[in-house]
Amino acid sequence: MSALAVQFLNGLASASALFLVACGLSIIFGVSRIVNFAHGSFYMLGAYLAWTFTRGLGWVGYGPLGFWGGILAAALIVGLIGVLIELVLLRRIYQAPELFQLLATFGVVLVVQDVTMAIWGAQDLLGPRAPGLRGAIDVMGQRFPQYDALLILIGPVVLGLLWLLFNRTRWGTLVRAATADREMVAALGVDQRKLFTSVFFLGTFLAALGGGLQLPREPVQLHMDMAIIADAFVVVVVGGMGSVGGAYLAALLIAQLQAFMLLVPDFEIAGLTISIAKMTLIPSFLVMAVVLIARPYGLLGKAPSHARTQASVEPVVRVTPPLLAKFGFATVAALILLPLIADEYGLMVATEILIFVLMAASLHFMMGPGGMASFGHAAYFGLGAYGAALAAKHFDAPMEAGLVAGPVLATLGGILFGWFCVRLSGVYLAMLTLAFAQIVWSIAFQWVAVTGGDNGVLGVWPSIGKTGFFYLSLALAVVGVLLLRRAIYSPFGYALRGARDSALRADAIGIDVKRVQWTAFAIAASFAGLAGALFAYFKGSVFPTYAAIPKSVDALMMVLLGGVQTISGPLVGAAVYMGLHEQLVRATELWRLVLGIAIIALVLAFPQGIAGFAAKRWAKEDGA
Amino acid sequence: MTLKRRELLAGTAAAGVLLGSPTVLRAQNAPIRIGEINSYSTQAAFLGPYRNGWNLALEEANAAGGIDSRRLETLFRDDAGKPEDAVRHAGELVAAEKVDLLAGGFLSNIGLAVAGYAKQNKKLYVASEPLTDAIVWSQGNRYTFRLRPSTYMQAAMLVEEAAKLPITRWATISPNYEYGQSAVKWFKELLVKKKPGVQFVAEQFPALGRIDAGATAQAIAAANPEGIFNVTFAADLANLVRQGNTRGLFERRAVVSMLTGEPEYLDPLADEAPEGWIVTGYPWDQVNTPNHVKFREAYRRRFNDYPRLGSVVGYDTVNAIVTMLRQSRTTDTEKMVDAMEGLKFQSAFGDVEFRKIDHQATLGAFVGKTKLVNGKGTMVDWRYADGKDYLPSDAEVAAMRPKDA
Amino acid sequence: MSVLSVRGLHKSFGGVEAVAGVDFDVAAGEMLALIGPNGAGKTTCFNMLMGQLRPDAGTVSLDGADITGLPPRAIWRRGVGRTFQITATFASMTVAENVQTALMSYRGDLGRFFARAATLHADDAVALLDQVGMADQRDRACGVLAYGDLKRVELAVALANAPRLLLMDEPTAGMAPKERVALMELTGRLARARNIAVLFTEHDMDVVFGQADRVIVLNRGKLIAQGTPAEVRAHKAVRDVYLGGGTMSGGH
Ligand SMILES: Nc1ncnc2c1ncn2[C@@H]1O[C@H](COP(=O)(O)OP(=O)(O)OP(=O)(O)O)[C@@H](O)[C@H]1O
Ligand SMILES: [Mg+2]
Repeated sequence: MSALAVQFLNGLASASALFLVACGLSIIFGVSRIVNFAHGSFYMLGAYLAWTFTRGLGWVGYGPLGFWGGILAAALIVGLIGVLIELVLLRRIYQAPELFQLLATFGVVLVVQDVTMAIWGAQDLLGPRAPGLRGAIDVMGQRFPQYDALLILIGPVVLGLLWLLFNRTRWGTLVRAATADREMVAALGVDQRKLFTSVFFLGTFLAALGGGLQLPREPVQLHMDMAIIADAFVVVVVGGMGSVGGAYLAALLIAQLQAFMLLVPDFEIAGLTISIAKMTLIPSFLVMAVVLIARPYGLLGKAPSHARTQASVEPVVRVTPPLLAKFGFATVAALILLPLIADEYGLMVATEILIFVLMAASLHFMMGPGGMASFGHAAYFGLGAYGAALAAKHFDAPMEAGLVAGPVLATLGGILFGWFCVRLSGVYLAMLTLAFAQIVWSIAFQWVAVTGGDNGVLGVWPSIGKTGFFYLSLALAVVGVLLLRRAIYSPFGYALRGARDSALRADAIGIDVKRVQWTAFAIAASFAGLAGALFAYFKGSVFPTYAAIPKSVDALMMVLLGGVQTISGPLVGAAVYMGLHEQLVRATELWRLVLGIAIIALVLAFPQGIAGFAAKRWAKEDGA
Repeated sequence: MTLKRRELLAGTAAAGVLLGSPTVLRAQNAPIRIGEINSYSTQAAFLGPYRNGWNLALEEANAAGGIDSRRLETLFRDDAGKPEDAVRHAGELVAAEKVDLLAGGFLSNIGLAVAGYAKQNKKLYVASEPLTDAIVWSQGNRYTFRLRPSTYMQAAMLVEEAAKLPITRWATISPNYEYGQSAVKWFKELLVKKKPGVQFVAEQFPALGRIDAGATAQAIAAANPEGIFNVTFAADLANLVRQGNTRGLFERRAVVSMLTGEPEYLDPLADEAPEGWIVTGYPWDQVNTPNHVKFREAYRRRFNDYPRLGSVVGYDTVNAIVTMLRQSRTTDTEKMVDAMEGLKFQSAFGDVEFRKIDHQATLGAFVGKTKLVNGKGTMVDWRYADGKDYLPSDAEVAAMRPKDA
Repeated sequence: MSVLSVRGLHKSFGGVEAVAGVDFDVAAGEMLALIGPNGAGKTTCFNMLMGQLRPDAGTVSLDGADITGLPPRAIWRRGVGRTFQITATFASMTVAENVQTALMSYRGDLGRFFARAATLHADDAVALLDQVGMADQRDRACGVLAYGDLKRVELAVALANAPRLLLMDEPTAGMAPKERVALMELTGRLARARNIAVLFTEHDMDVVFGQADRVIVLNRGKLIAQGTPAEVRAHKAVRDVYLGGGTMSGGH
């Protein structure tokens, strides 16, 4: 009994910690619709700065600001850094297509990682404990840390303060209005820019506060940003984007689930030992999937106002200009001749880029014409890779069979997950894809008996040499891209684009919107699976990283960088992103910094993506 | 003292200078190139000191005239923790940079991926860090060798101590991935063999880097074990220690803990380092064998810092390679592999051999107890456990290793 | 027999009865105007007729068959076309492509993955656009059209499935008064020539009284009057509603 009570308190403490990080993200999203990937970076910076103020400068005790003063000062400074980023970066790209800001914040993530390492070094830093809160209190005969008890209170207190801020101040009223309907607030003559900046300050301040308050609990380290960001997103989505109360509820739900699942004893079903306590990676994403399926806008979220049906008007998709077609032919011709001039490594890089071109093209298919952004496209890439590898490992399948088995498995995944995903739209759909991808990843990671766990499936080598494999990849990539392209220009592609442009109109002319989107989802999954299967043979082994978040992010970056509205965008994006990455990693230790800066620069220079920019220039010259 | 990027960069700059001036060297004295792949950006805390150790040994070898007056040089690559990137780097290093052999690896899966590449492309790979047993046993191959004592060996060392304790009820806490799972598996298997009466009353497998330490500590306490076997490390360990200390989890309980005595993991805990834990680790300030004193002083002089375990691993990887090259006197892969098999070399910890039977080195680890001295964690009552004493019988090893390896 | 017949239609939104028991019929070739002040429930009615909303009670029959609660795409298959109060077109397509997409759907082409859509049914699309006076703008992007032109495109789209029934929710909003009359005259001609039943809402009373064969008046979800334009114009309740809530001519 007392064990259960204390476990409940543990859940409450974790819930507070989770809530503090997530609420800032939720507020920022609610008002600006920015999916702020850098939120975890602000959290990490808050923790590092708080460490510096309270311990790192070598002074006696907690330093002149004291423990609490140090944490607050750190949060304020990070809030100002957030303002700076909003002013110089995000403000310039609010008009860009949806999710494009994600690309910019991803650049910030990379930069912050290297800057943090340069300033604070690589070693974990243990922060001080809170003054007077080193000990434990007695809860039914069990010891419970005093600081955790305080944390249990801090969560609801912050929630209450935010409630007062939003309900008792004019600023708060504006923020709430903007969350409900951005256009309306603009119409009321409110200075949106100031509002956005101040909201961004509050959001980053809260993130950093969350980081600082972790000092007495966990060491400050360089993985904090990535460790927290996925959890924070889950909480925000489960709670309902923009809903602070929802975020607390979601944090509570997830934290309690995670605390109590540790107590579930193993049991057997049909000879299979099921260990709930071991599946620590799955519950938060499972909760997200279930909540999104049952309540598409989260626990306390509201459907976005319908006034924003055409926030960014998608440009017309035109027939391929002859020059571009010639350029395409020339590229393929050059690639066919590549083995004559390139060395072995050049071929390898080209092969890898080709595989990612296919992956990016498949994501673009659902994201561009389909209007369904995916934060979890790696799921299908990973399923494709595992399909091929497991067929090879368990059934001794030859490469030809593996290249079929991979896409088949990915397609099945796409059909299954897609059915749920197409019931949602926008960021919620994207988050559900992420949830499914995390579930795929967790299975790959934790179902060791079949997948080999993180040690992966090894020895999946192609039956042909490196040049042969390059030609195979070239052939499949070219055919894949042409098929996808053909589909975009086909009647099905028009139905898909119609469903994206106006579901209302599509439905009123006989288009089964969900079915069309579902089909597109499955098609995208199957081509991603083909890319994954190729990748498996290319690398000779398959690991859970193939289905992990960074791979999904890579694919997303390629599509966004190239330009989601242009059909050649993903091709250009994949080549630029992969090429840049490959060159920078070899050239400098600080490749993350340079890549981050490069991404930010590209974002600012080409808010439509690189190919989008080219297409626009083209259209202008044509018109002139 | 924190390790700064600057120091890592110094290494690159040095490599860059070497790369930038190939013409200085006469053709027949072309340098021997080692391609080194590691997770520098994601495992920087361990790999900074590792690279220092590496560079130190490399400088020593070159100062001593290199190999038949050929210099040694290293091309470092960052795999960012992704096996697929490591494989790309391997391809680049072999195909474009024409390195003579590959080395490195911190994460097990990256070690395995590069080992797979080495096998496929018939290139020598000296895996320095990855702990997984698979790399020499179930996935072992002719071209791959591993330096560090494996998960099995570390578990066996701790089991020896755990079996001496007068307790029977055990619980385990371990990160939920291959390393944590095998550590627990071996610990249970070996302990039960040694002491048939023991029971395992609770198991916790928090996700790596994401431990919910309060709840985990509570779940362990609820089973009321007499002893705890811990495999968590780094940030997870610090969380667990703080929560466990405050909650009294470790009071009146024996704790046996893997790797916790390594300065990489003990030092960040500062004055909160646990006391009385039985650990494997590296008491760098107390090991006064001639080899180690020489290494420690050289390291201090060169980097103005004390060595971590990573430094030893980096240093000894190069030492092993240099010794092998002095014997093989060629960079022909098959001949180098032949030389590696059964290679004996002087490590900072003494005599070490790369076993012919499974390509595992007999490098050992220090087993002792943790203690707070002057507000810092350190190891006491330690002894050096020679790796050769903590490996399964040859018959068992042969059964685990693939026939074609 | 009437093409559309509506009986006892009800819909409430959280306690507010937007449509509270409405009955009416539309005959083939007939232009029926549904009028009423803002918020009377006209759009809600339309949404229930074509399946965008499911009625709480009541039936909708098309040519005698019950279509209540069917999804819009199924109702469309049975020959109903619709324009929206807030236009709904495909912004990333040209004017012609919007119509072509509707034609492709009508002719069962949308499951084809390899055909080139850009040229499919292009002539038929232009023919339809010609009828609404948009043929010369066929290659412009729908996203950049003037509002009145969008309404015309919607009409062409709605005609693509050779409908038996045409539902037009404020088809002339955003047009100059002269254009309004012209468009509805055109609609009337089409209705008579092809025997299409047309139900439309309209705030411009000149259009209503000039073009409708019959008018029904909705207020707070209830029908308060119906008859010929002349009868309705003279109806006491109608005058009260409009004098209370606005004017009898001119909309918004
Ligand atoms: N989805 C909805 N949820 C809640 N209330 C609604 C909804 N749709 C309509 N209403 C309400 O139902 C009533 C009828 O609205 P409706 O749009 O049908 O009126 P209308 O006659 O078309 O008005 P208008 O001339 O302004 O277009 C109004 O009070 C409106 O606020
Ligand atoms: Mg209306």
